[in-house]
Amino acid sequence: MVATHTTQQVAPELTMRSDDHLLEVNHLKMYFPITQGLFSRVVGYTKAADDVNFYIRKGETLGLVGESGCGKTTVGRCIVRAYEPTSGEILYRDPDGGVTDLAALEGKEIQPYRKDIRMIFQDPYSSLNPRMTVFQVISEALRVNNLASGSEMRDRVEYLLQRVGLRPEYIQRYPHAFSGGERQRIGIARSLVTNPKLVVCDEAVSGLDVSIRAQILNLLEELQDDFDLTYLFISHDLSVIRHICDRVVVMYVGKIVEVASGLDVYVDPKHPYTEALMSSVPVSNPRARDKGTRILLEGEVADPSNPPSGCYFHPRCRYAQQLCREQAPPLKDLGNEHYSACHFAEELSLAGVRMV
Amino acid sequence: MEHTANDTLDFHETTEESLKLEVASQWQLMWWKFRKHKLAVISGIIVILFYVVALFCEFFSPTVPTTYLDVYATAPPQRLRLFLDGKWFPHVTGYRGERDPVSFRKTWEIDYSTYIPVGLFVHGDPYKLWGLIPGDLHLIGPKNPGDPFYLMGADMIGRDVFGRLIYSSRISLTVGLVGMVISLSFGILLGGISGLVGGAVDNIIQRIIEILMSIPTLPVWLSLAAVVPIDWPALRVYFMISIILSLISWTGMARVVRSKFLALREEDFVMAAMLDGCSRGRLIMRHMLPSFLSHIIASITLWIPGLILGETALSFLGLGLRPPVVSWGVMLQDTQKVAVIARYPWLLAPGGAVFIIVLTLNFLGDGLRDAADPY
Repeated sequence: MVATHTTQQVAPELTMRSDDHLLEVNHLKMYFPITQGLFSRVVGYTKAADDVNFYIRKGETLGLVGESGCGKTTVGRCIVRAYEPTSGEILYRDPDGGVTDLAALEGKEIQPYRKDIRMIFQDPYSSLNPRMTVFQVISEALRVNNLASGSEMRDRVEYLLQRVGLRPEYIQRYPHAFSGGERQRIGIARSLVTNPKLVVCDEAVSGLDVSIRAQILNLLEELQDDFDLTYLFISHDLSVIRHICDRVVVMYVGKIVEVASGLDVYVDPKHPYTEALMSSVPVSNPRARDKGTRILLEGEVADPSNPPSGCYFHPRCRYAQQLCREQAPPLKDLGNEHYSACHFAEELSLAGVRMV
Repeated sequence: MEHTANDTLDFHETTEESLKLEVASQWQLMWWKFRKHKLAVISGIIVILFYVVALFCEFFSPTVPTTYLDVYATAPPQRLRLFLDGKWFPHVTGYRGERDPVSFRKTWEIDYSTYIPVGLFVHGDPYKLWGLIPGDLHLIGPKNPGDPFYLMGADMIGRDVFGRLIYSSRISLTVGLVGMVISLSFGILLGGISGLVGGAVDNIIQRIIEILMSIPTLPVWLSLAAVVPIDWPALRVYFMISIILSLISWTGMARVVRSKFLALREEDFVMAAMLDGCSRGRLIMRHMLPSFLSHIIASITLWIPGLILGETALSFLGLGLRPPVVSWGVMLQDTQKVAVIARYPWLLAPGGAVFIIVLTLNFLGDGLRDAADPY
């Protein structure tokens, strides 16, 4: 933890907008260069995350939704610092109260924060090294960070296996002995082994069988209470998001289009894209099914390396006007923790999911 | 069990059989899979036999390669018989040589009246095992030293083809290995750098590989054979050339290693290890290398036949090893004339040995490659 203190002394005092924020992402940009030719000339950038702003409160579950390729995974990977962001701030509050900009850390400076911010991967098959036992997989973080050793490490791994619903005797088995759901439990145990504060769940249940999904979601909720965790839950599955999230951030082509608390995003969307997303949620009541108006978006998702002018959503938006083609809308505060990046957020009356 | 948040999954009955599978490491799984490949297992045994014989060739050979009995030049193979008149008496029959009055060619007839007793662990020509330990014990040979004993016939000056074949295996099976170790290290190192660092470094290494791959090896070999000092011993010359050639033959391995690293870099479990806080070295050694080590072992097995064939071909052409070194290629030099093959076909025996070892190594390599990724 020596590194933590030295960086705080050198860097100017960082503050967050509110004391209960655990993480604040400010103007985060992640551009991937597009190279061409023999000498890898940079011909353009894929703007996977373009000026992303949001915060996560301590103890809450923040959902990050959007279509495939909208940049939600990129944002998650920037927060765990698997990627080095192009620019922007990722402010993190240490357990002792200090604020650190994770985006500014380089090389070994990140190391102390790796144990605080952990990740659960989407694919339970490729995320576990088939050549390592369950014990080796889970204990790796303890071993490389010198957090525990010997019987202490073994006890910790066995305890976590039990907590995620697996028998401690399975500790010497290899991942190939387990099913998808069990592997995901191992992945969860791995993320919790360092006593993290924030866990980024990147499509953590999307790769699982529907019957297993609910089990894992319930497990995540239980663990959140017991281990005092904060989740950033990345998913394209709206029903999963509704099940687990306190607040929801909606992304489209690298930008945030709407942030809403509670069920607002479902019943009272303030962005046409969110409305279209909500209309795609399957209705479970068969009698109510044909009454719904399913909004089918025209055209393709915009190319993040060559986005359209103005509002990125305007070519597909059925409410688009001249202003939308010319000017990019800012993320406006509509009150009650509801933000929308639409010029006409206040005027439009959009349909949400019918709660039947 | 008071910690258990939800019910422990009791997903299946753990039988002893399934438990064995579930705690099996990568190498165990590979072995089980390899074992099912019968042809590869048999080939593996044959390959091991070849190398054991090569290691102890002084003992396995009935003679030393310099022994010759010029009266028996070009004598055909003798058949080894185990019984005489229904009694245990391993022997070979003697020869009666006659000269054809028209062509003056020496023809051999088997003399069924003379028996040459043969025994196991007989004392014969003295030798020094690995050039160090003196001995004269031979696995098989005539009980009376000096008797003709030609299981695979005799060559043009009456040397035992079988004995020389065994001695040759030592040179032929090992002479390429030093070069291979060099190319392998080069390949893994440069391929690894190329795949891990990427960018401009990757670009430069890949272009160098393309240039090196376009160099034809035979002319290089020709000119190198002409350049090295004439007073060097033949074996050192060959070593030099194979080492120089290994400096341009690492390219294939480098490409394999690079592609493996590129593929692994994108794997979730590698990213997970990075997020665990693993250093770069640990990431490579602990998490990435074990994933393709087995592939490297398999490709080495498929590489050795090329080296053996290379030695044989070059020595046959007179560019590789030269007498007095004995190798399969050197022995095959005698068969450059069609007339020789027609009259003394047993001189082609080294070709048979090359055939068997190349084939078995390929089968073994195939089996290893199939078993290399048990997941």
